[in-house]
Amino acid sequence: MIPVSSSAQNTGRPAGGTAVVDLAEAEDIKLRENAGRSYSQGALVRKRFFRHKAAMVSLVVLTLVTLLAFTSIGFAGIPGWWDKSYTSAATIVNGGKPTLSLVPQFLGGEGLRWGEHPFGQESTGKDYFALVMRGTQQSMIIAAIVGLLSTVIGAAVGAISAYFGGWVDSVLMRLTDLIIVIPLLVLAAVLGQMASGLELGIIPLAVVLGLVSWTSLARLVRGEILSLREKEFVAAAVAMGAKPGRIIAKHLLPNTIGVIVVNATFAIAGAVLLETSLSYLGFGVTPPDSSLGLLISQYQNAFTTRPWLFWWPGMMILAIALSVNFLGDGLRDAFDPRQSGAHRRKRGFFSRRASVTEAGATTAGGLAAAPTARGAGLNDAPVDADGRPNQPHNTSGFGAGGGQGGL
Amino acid sequence: MNAKAFDGKDRDMVENNAGSHAASTPAAEQGGLVPGPVTAPHPVTGPATSAIGVVQRHDDLGGEPILSFRDVDVRFATEFGSVHAVKGVTFDVKPGEVVALVGESGSGKSVTSSTAMGLLPPTADITGSVKLAGREVLTMTPGQLRGIRGDDVAMVFQEPMTALNPVLTVGDQLTEALQVHGIAYGTEADKRAVELLTMVGIPDAASRLKQYPHQFSGGQRQRIVIAMAISCSPKVIIADEPTTALDVTVQAEILELLRSLKNKMNTGILLITHNMGVVADMADRVCVMLHGEMVETGPVHQVLQHPQHPYTQKLLAAVPRLGATYEVAEPEPVTATQSQAVYAIEAEDLSIEYDHRGKKNRVVHDVSFSVAPGEILGLVGESGSGKSTIAKAVLGLLPVAAGSLRIQGEDLATMPTKEQRRLRRKIGVVFQDPAASLDPRFPIGDIITEPMVVHGVGDRRSRLARAEELVDAVRLPRSVVNRYPHELSGGQRQRISIARALTLDPEVLIADEPTSALDVSVQAAVLEMFAELQSRYSFACLFVSHDLAVVDMLAHKVLVLKDGRQVEQGPTENVLHDPQAEYTRRLLAAAPVPDPDLQAERRQERRELLASLGEAAY
Repeated sequence: MIPVSSSAQNTGRPAGGTAVVDLAEAEDIKLRENAGRSYSQGALVRKRFFRHKAAMVSLVVLTLVTLLAFTSIGFAGIPGWWDKSYTSAATIVNGGKPTLSLVPQFLGGEGLRWGEHPFGQESTGKDYFALVMRGTQQSMIIAAIVGLLSTVIGAAVGAISAYFGGWVDSVLMRLTDLIIVIPLLVLAAVLGQMASGLELGIIPLAVVLGLVSWTSLARLVRGEILSLREKEFVAAAVAMGAKPGRIIAKHLLPNTIGVIVVNATFAIAGAVLLETSLSYLGFGVTPPDSSLGLLISQYQNAFTTRPWLFWWPGMMILAIALSVNFLGDGLRDAFDPRQSGAHRRKRGFFSRRASVTEAGATTAGGLAAAPTARGAGLNDAPVDADGRPNQPHNTSGFGAGGGQGGL
Repeated sequence: MNAKAFDGKDRDMVENNAGSHAASTPAAEQGGLVPGPVTAPHPVTGPATSAIGVVQRHDDLGGEPILSFRDVDVRFATEFGSVHAVKGVTFDVKPGEVVALVGESGSGKSVTSSTAMGLLPPTADITGSVKLAGREVLTMTPGQLRGIRGDDVAMVFQEPMTALNPVLTVGDQLTEALQVHGIAYGTEADKRAVELLTMVGIPDAASRLKQYPHQFSGGQRQRIVIAMAISCSPKVIIADEPTTALDVTVQAEILELLRSLKNKMNTGILLITHNMGVVADMADRVCVMLHGEMVETGPVHQVLQHPQHPYTQKLLAAVPRLGATYEVAEPEPVTATQSQAVYAIEAEDLSIEYDHRGKKNRVVHDVSFSVAPGEILGLVGESGSGKSTIAKAVLGLLPVAAGSLRIQGEDLATMPTKEQRRLRRKIGVVFQDPAASLDPRFPIGDIITEPMVVHGVGDRRSRLARAEELVDAVRLPRSVVNRYPHELSGGQRQRISIARALTLDPEVLIADEPTSALDVSVQAAVLEMFAELQSRYSFACLFVSHDLAVVDMLAHKVLVLKDGRQVEQGPTENVLHDPQAEYTRRLLAAAPVPDPDLQAERRQERRELLASLGEAAY
């Protein structure tokens, strides 16, 4: 046997042509030969996100709705391509019925037509399309402001609370508890009513909603950072003398980006619905301005006679909330493919394996194999990068992970 | 003879019970299945495991294998194409035989063994044949698989901390296996559970049935896992790295236990391990795997003493062993006559406490040591000995409760924050876990230069130059600075860790088990590089390790710790080659060596040592 001696004898380069049998060397050669592009965690997440069909459809829908809302009636003084205003009354044509038709003539409809009042008119003859577009704009603005504000506050509170612990943690978490125990709707209604005197349109309301809806994110981020804080790379940063601000901003928060982004989307969807409820109750947007919730509340009695007054804003709310939720789903799956449950569902449909030859059929699974291949100890980028930075490489081999399911 | 056990088995094995099962019956009668009083002859003398009442002895099958793999080939369908994990592996396990499946991470050894229990996920495409007691496992239905799991083939897992359910008592978990397989119910099951625990050497078993896993030590938990595995008298036990997570003295005990159980029950054991010492200690035959292929197979003496394949030779050569040394820098002596030189690290009566909800828990008691500039001090001990705690305190991550701890003559804990940062420039650190010690969202270049950024050293260009210089020093390609940690293997990541620790030319380096998570050949490469860097930069180093051989190869001085107290201290050649303390001798005796004859001798020596101390071998 070759004794381990002082020189580089036992890991010397193999003579040209012989097979590489040293694992360390084989890994180095692989790394050297790997000329391919280097994918960061972010790039891999993007790749997975763009393959998520529901999220992509939602992204398109949301983009179209946003474009429609802001280009049609114009925004902040800039005129749009739609000539009617949501404030000016007019004579009611044809009982205010919508002129929009999407059913072609050969199917017994009236053909594809936009018409004078595509969404119809309300009681005073105002163009309902303009009103709904205005409402959609308001919802979008609320969504953006609330999403931004609650994410920033939630992430900061959660991170500071978890990193410092002690009395900082106690104070911040009791504050969070306090906001959680007050019913959100009541709090938002009171603050919204107070802020409505500020003559800034919807923005005070949005800020108020943002100020009260960060609590769940703060708790999630706190939990995540409590576990990240114990990781050795954080200890290494502390040991090299990095300041707390740098550790939180550079090491901890970027590693919780999955939780943050996903929850931001859900917060946005929640904010759209919250504004709708507030306006429906009369605490949010007030006439002559318009919002989707306000439209619904104003015309709820018209549901039986003029149902379009109810349907159009309702459908807009549905479209926005659903697509934002699907976007959140897509982001979550992209950040953590193991949470998607895709492979669990597959296992249900195709039972274990009836015969050896049939086994091939069950291998069609896509994302599902990520954890499996991780265990096999491969070092390829895609295999390890499952968006969870916590344990990207399992050195212990397969058995422990795969085996426990069986007993 | 317990009829219930066989009723249960017969129901499960209706289709195919001709060969093995019928054959096992007389053996069972011989062994006796009556719970309670011991009726069986003692095949092997052992203190705790004299009862064989609850397990049965299996027949030899006339040299036929109990578990046989034929051209087993496994592919995994992944997000990015198919991965060929096992490439046509063929070998047998006979009753009463220990076959060791050896390989490093990614060699496919665990995947191979998982096929025998049908534990692979549905994304696995398996061809070939795996026969357990004459029955094909790969074509079994889930119901049939459940029938054989535990009953015919059982598994001992690597991590005893996670293999047991923390919210169920040990008794519940043991009786569960018995009830599921219809072997015993109610109080009878409890009685059997007590006997099983006694068999695996858990004292006072009856009262401990009601305890939860966290009330047992790691070694005891592994014994409980083994008790669960043998509860249904399996014909084959698959032990997947059964001792990897355990301390070396506990490892020796668990191996002794497995050996005695195997002799008693005549089960076949498929032992999966990367530790050549364990192989030498346990195995009858060895199969060496590399990248999913079996490169060498044969009797243990032949494979370990006369390896044929170059991979096996390298693997054996890479095993760290006592007596071998790396070339490291000579330390500068610190003497009273020198006015300038101070100890790089100096601890006097150091005590460290953890504050647990206001309650102080002292984990390090009155430890004193000193590290001269350019000197490597090995901190050795088993888990819970406080060695990593001392390393953390030196880094200033934990406060010192009593005594003093000075780095270059300065006390880190009592300094103002600004001064602390200045002193921290001089300290580098390498942690154990290559997966957790690098921020996954930083490119390698940023990781290496982070200490420069933190301390405001250099500009963009000089930092990049320094990163490339260090990447060269740890023998990685320069292009790696643009890659991310997840693209690197464990050994490569650990080298990046070392590079980061050296960025600011530290005078003190703390290495906390830097190679214990690595494969043996990778470990050899990293250690060799570490020694080379140390002799080039001649930093003082506190090297924490549980592996005596690694410390022997690197360190100038050794400090042996046990339960937070120092046991023995001195130059390496004294402490590790002529140990004075009983504990050090025990540690040295428990570490297995990769040579079956030598290991058999050492095993005997250990038994004698323990007997002379009035203790059992397991």
